[in-house]
Amino acid sequence: MKNNTTSVFSGLQWWKWLCIVLLFYTFYQGLMIEVPRMAILHETIRNLFFHVTMWFSMIIMMFASLVYGIRYLSSNDIKFDIKASESAYTGVFLGILGLATGSLWAKYTWGAWWVNDAKLNGAAAAMLVYFAYIILRGSIDDEHKRAKLASVYGIFAFTMMLVFIMILPRLTDSLHPGNGGNPGFSNYDLDSKMRTVFYPAVIGWALLATWITEINVRIKVLKNKSEE
Amino acid sequence: MNIVLQLIQKEIKSEWKQKYAFNGLLLYVVSTVFVCYLSFRQIVDLPTWNALFWIIQLFAGVNAISKSFLQEGRGRMLYYYTITNARSFILAKIIYNLLLMLVLSGFNLIFYSLFIGNPVQNMPMFILAMVLGSAGFSAVLAMVSAIASKAGNNFALMSILSFPILIPILMVTIRFSKNAMDGIAWAVNQQFAIILLALIAMVFALSYLLFPYLWRD
Repeated sequence: MKNNTTSVFSGLQWWKWLCIVLLFYTFYQGLMIEVPRMAILHETIRNLFFHVTMWFSMIIMMFASLVYGIRYLSSNDIKFDIKASESAYTGVFLGILGLATGSLWAKYTWGAWWVNDAKLNGAAAAMLVYFAYIILRGSIDDEHKRAKLASVYGIFAFTMMLVFIMILPRLTDSLHPGNGGNPGFSNYDLDSKMRTVFYPAVIGWALLATWITEINVRIKVLKNKSEE
Repeated sequence: MNIVLQLIQKEIKSEWKQKYAFNGLLLYVVSTVFVCYLSFRQIVDLPTWNALFWIIQLFAGVNAISKSFLQEGRGRMLYYYTITNARSFILAKIIYNLLLMLVLSGFNLIFYSLFIGNPVQNMPMFILAMVLGSAGFSAVLAMVSAIASKAGNNFALMSILSFPILIPILMVTIRFSKNAMDGIAWAVNQQFAIILLALIAMVFALSYLLFPYLWRD
């Protein structure tokens, strides 16, 4: 019970520092950098660093959830189920943020909060799948049974999410860049300046998501211990 | 393979024994179609015709297949556990559900055409869409029914879990059958058939691989 006075920062692992630095960089550069001047898009193009990155980090979180789900099924270790579920929760949170930032962007470029676009509908459907995952978890009391059923459904959920956001939008025209004859985003960014912010932003947000998940996992483990 | 056939036979026999359940499903389809007929009278708009057909199909499918595991009690599952293995069991369930779905969709199509009219131009292709759609539905729904039954026989859970993961199959099927309705050439439409087949193969593989984990309590 000594050393209560240490600063919050003293125990941070290197990747947490990296996360803080990258996100500061993202916010500063994301708002200050010179962006290409495009019709319709104008300054909203900066949303690239906040909207697209949400989806990237969500997919990373969902993939982590998938991997931990498979590891639970092969080991029956409840630790992996806690990690799988918390990653999925963080992923859903990021997905909601992705929908919100996307909706805002759509309002100022396409003219409506929600447009009938394959990618939007796919993202909404993917969210529905994961909401169902959460409902499923909530409906089972037994820890191991919940873990097993949720892992199995989680594997289904992840493959369907890939179908929703990777395959189905390619079947139809979409308003998004890179679909239905629209140029990809790389075409807008002629001097690659935006890339210098975009890639660090992806890493920064993904690290933040990992950090949130890690804290939630630790809380869950402690709660489980105190209940025993 | 022999055991799969025997399990399918057993499913058909037990269905035949409780005919009321099967007749109930047929009545469900017919009365849904009749309600739609009374509310719509006639559907001129082709996409609406198609969408309504598939929505009826979706609800009938969820209703029909939800009981495939929900009706199996704990004792019966233990019995299956002693005489067969997980892989043949799920395979038999999927194939049996596929047969059930095919019968139901046939009924649906006949009564739907009778009451609401049939504007389909390329019937063989539409039937192909129906067969592929039924195959996809049966694989997903068999698995979800297994999950829902383990989670405490909750019918609401069955719909919540199955609707979102059926969306991809449903969307591609609707597109495919809409093209069949318009009589669009096979050369154009075959891409949807291929995507649908790939999706079906995927859900079959997932069900086949994952069911053994649900099998044991």
